[in-house]
Amino acid sequence: MNCGQFRETYREDMAIFETNFARGLLALFLVALAAAPAFLSFFWMDVLNRILIAVIAATGLNILTGFTGQISLGNAAFLAVGAYSTAFFAGRLGLPFLLVIPMSGLMTALVGMVFGVPSLRLKGLYLAVATLAAHFVIEFTASHWDGVTGGVNGISVPPAKLGGLELSGDRRLFYLVLPLTVLMLFFAKNLFRTKTGKAFVAIRDQDISAEVMGVNVFKYKLLSFGVSSFYVGVAGSLVAYHANIISPENFPITVAIDQLGMIIIGGLGSILGSIFGAVFITLLPEVLRVGTGALGDTFPKLIDLFAPLKQGVFGLAIVLFLLFEPDGMAARWHSIRNYWKLYPFSY
Amino acid sequence: MEFLLQLTLNGVVIGSIYALVALGFVIIYKSSSILNFAQGEFLMLGAYVCVSIVGAYHVPLWAAFLLTLAFFAVLGILMERLLLRPMIGEPVISVIMLTLGLASILKAIVQGIWGTETIAYPTIFPSAPVMIGPLPVSQGYLFSVASVGVLLVLFSAFFKYTRAGIAMRATAFSQQVALSMGVSVQHIFALAWSIAAVVSAVGGVLLGGIRGGVDGAFAFFGLKVVPVVILGGLDSVLGAIVGGLIMGILENLAGGYLDPIFGGGVKEVAPFIALVAILSLKPYGLFGKVKIERV
Repeated sequence: MNCGQFRETYREDMAIFETNFARGLLALFLVALAAAPAFLSFFWMDVLNRILIAVIAATGLNILTGFTGQISLGNAAFLAVGAYSTAFFAGRLGLPFLLVIPMSGLMTALVGMVFGVPSLRLKGLYLAVATLAAHFVIEFTASHWDGVTGGVNGISVPPAKLGGLELSGDRRLFYLVLPLTVLMLFFAKNLFRTKTGKAFVAIRDQDISAEVMGVNVFKYKLLSFGVSSFYVGVAGSLVAYHANIISPENFPITVAIDQLGMIIIGGLGSILGSIFGAVFITLLPEVLRVGTGALGDTFPKLIDLFAPLKQGVFGLAIVLFLLFEPDGMAARWHSIRNYWKLYPFSY
Repeated sequence: MEFLLQLTLNGVVIGSIYALVALGFVIIYKSSSILNFAQGEFLMLGAYVCVSIVGAYHVPLWAAFLLTLAFFAVLGILMERLLLRPMIGEPVISVIMLTLGLASILKAIVQGIWGTETIAYPTIFPSAPVMIGPLPVSQGYLFSVASVGVLLVLFSAFFKYTRAGIAMRATAFSQQVALSMGVSVQHIFALAWSIAAVVSAVGGVLLGGIRGGVDGAFAFFGLKVVPVVILGGLDSVLGAIVGGLIMGILENLAGGYLDPIFGGGVKEVAPFIALVAILSLKPYGLFGKVKIERV
């Protein structure tokens, strides 16, 4: 497809799109996606919105875990911080969503950076454990700070308004979620072409040599926590707008595990991987639901087994990917693409 | 005063179960530097397997218990051989995710076979309480504390005097050196997983006996034990025991005195707040080996 395409400048080498064809293909895909509400049922619109929100959250986690190498089990809690900030800013203060979403992101970034401070001393396993503690502490706060979070009963979030138009319901909300997702993906993609992004990767690969080469490890680790939590906070904000009512039950520890699963299955340290992983993990239960529903008439027992089946397939997917394709779906995608690039003369 | 004693006693009992699960954690971490997040699921599975052997074959409890232990010894070796060995040399995140994936699969298997209802346990311990000073103590409590004590002595002796135990310590110290001294590191890993699985199963059966039933909540012990092992030090057997007892007492005291103020939930979160404090003050725990590395 792109035989005879040579890169002659660094600029070309660094380009996000290798060819105009790729650019056109992506534009076409986005147009098709934007037209999706006209064709999809309510159920699949809900799924589509959840996929896009998961893409943002997984990208955020991937910036921290995949690109900077800092393991976080606290993502569900950060998502909750974003969602509760939205409930507070939109519900209590009555701000418009154009302000609420970035403010929720910043709020989460702040909280994320506070929990990122120990990352200078703690590494690997210990950091994972520290973020696990962060999860339970934030969860406790969410269910006990009744004045702000509504406690265990939850709190309602007013729908986003654009002019006089309420962005309620999945079809309308979609046009808020989709542009935001595209924007945040482009930002993430570009981030890793800058000095900051390269510093993140240097810290992941070897923190001591990064320090020796002049990267301020503490500053960039904190920055990574901040950027990552900003993404997760924005995702949390969208979760709040999407769910209308949020309570601590929306953010159990399994959400954090799901998101780690997304970046493992999609591919650590790959923006494309975050997209693949988020799509895969979000679709998995839906496809299973449709599957068990269809087979339910023949095997009535299958319906009862849906919950364990969902969990088992999720675990199995993670284990199989780790054993057989540790670089995730993104790596598979690249190898398939490279095979066809010069087909049939691949030598 | 009596309230305080009662809380402390409950703490010691639950702490001894924590200590058992933590022992499994530490044995795996000591030999292979893996933090096994599926430990709680081992515990749950152990409790279920034992009760269903009793139910299905009408064998006496002690026979079912021994069968369960045998089953777990094999299961641990299988886990290590099939899942963990390919992960040697992979980054920490991959290994953590593998154990989380494993936890998910085990939970699904348990839920698929036994459902989500609580399954009643046969009475293991006589129900008549024993009086310790002014406090009535159930015999099950005493038994579980005693068995933890026995296991502690057994494992200390194992690590100190047996060939396999010394080989395990050598592997923990340096895999390269252990290999060059003729220790089969792979066998050591398998042995560690096997022991950890068996110890968890013991914890599961004891917990089932104390609570009188088993359900999915048992799996949560795997996460609750994380603060315990950090407090004790990830690579210390003694630390696991001491940490378990301290955390058990701490959580019961916090729950007993602070729950009425905050309206519930303190008991669950207290170990994690303690965890944050431990990590910032003494990240390698009470008895852990301090590894100094500066950036």
